[in-house]
Amino acid sequence: MSKIKGAIVVDTDRCKGCQLCIVACPKDVIDLAQKKVNVHGYPYVEAADPDKCIGCTACAVVCPDGCITVYRMKVEE
Amino acid sequence: MTNRIIAPENLVYEKPKLMNDTAMHYCPGCSHGVVHKLVAEVVAEMGMEDKTVGVCPVGCAVFAYRYLDIDWQEAAHGRAPAVATGVKRVWPDRLVFTYQGDGDLACIGAAETIHALNRGENIPIIFINNAIYGMTGGQMAPTTLLGQKTATCPFGREPDLHGYPLNITELASHLKGTCYVTRQSVDTMASIAKAKKAIRKAFDASMQGKGSSLIEIVSTCNSGWKMSPVKANEWMRENMFKEYVKGDLKDTTAL
Repeated sequence: MSKIKGAIVVDTDRCKGCQLCIVACPKDVIDLAQKKVNVHGYPYVEAADPDKCIGCTACAVVCPDGCITVYRMKVEE
Repeated sequence: MTNRIIAPENLVYEKPKLMNDTAMHYCPGCSHGVVHKLVAEVVAEMGMEDKTVGVCPVGCAVFAYRYLDIDWQEAAHGRAPAVATGVKRVWPDRLVFTYQGDGDLACIGAAETIHALNRGENIPIIFINNAIYGMTGGQMAPTTLLGQKTATCPFGREPDLHGYPLNITELASHLKGTCYVTRQSVDTMASIAKAKKAIRKAFDASMQGKGSSLIEIVSTCNSGWKMSPVKANEWMRENMFKEYVKGDLKDTTAL
């Protein structure tokens, strides 16, 4: 059976840590990076649980700063 | 595993090509960024990258020209529809739109807006309604809800003292010059898709010479409202949508 797998890449220097993507993600993949800030001093998000990502693009669509790039592919099991 | 998925052939979503790499000055979670992305996507889809002129307002979106790689013209406070009228009449083959906030469009620019819409100029107006003056520090705007607390009405807006919220989109839907008047939001994936369709429809209608259109985007201002971005979205859904009901108020583009 084939499965849809996704992956996200976060432009961490552009991210402002607004957390809208965390709420939008249906699979709870994204979380704030713990105790880290970017060059502007903002906390930023990362794929805390990347294996669960299905590449639905919800996080990237709601991101006001366009920080998230989404990839998706079919994986044979 | 993740490394195998991250390849150019698997790309499904990235920052619009028309959006510059310049970091945006907007507060974290501001709706402006989403609308900027939608405008960039729609302009690219229409193939009008080199033929689009945006008119920036005074307000938070005053620096819009830094973020989108299209032509822009800065207008005096509230006068964006007047400037856009001139640009469009000189250059009818260009896509000319204005991008305004509620303080700019509904307060100081109310006359320009209403007359440009009533004349049926072929310009779409994108109206970001967050019910507050965000840039200047959260003062009361004409669109502020009754009971809403701002810097200049700290005990909540009262109708006896401050008057009633101005529903400019409702007003525009009764003008004969408008062809498409709609109210959308950009808080969820579904609403963002709808808002994008609305912007596309308005831009297409303006290029076909059908008249003016007004796309109101009910937005959040989490700094002005003093809430977290997630909380602001919830507050907007609970309170703003009651006063500003979403949906198409007028659509004669198919006629």
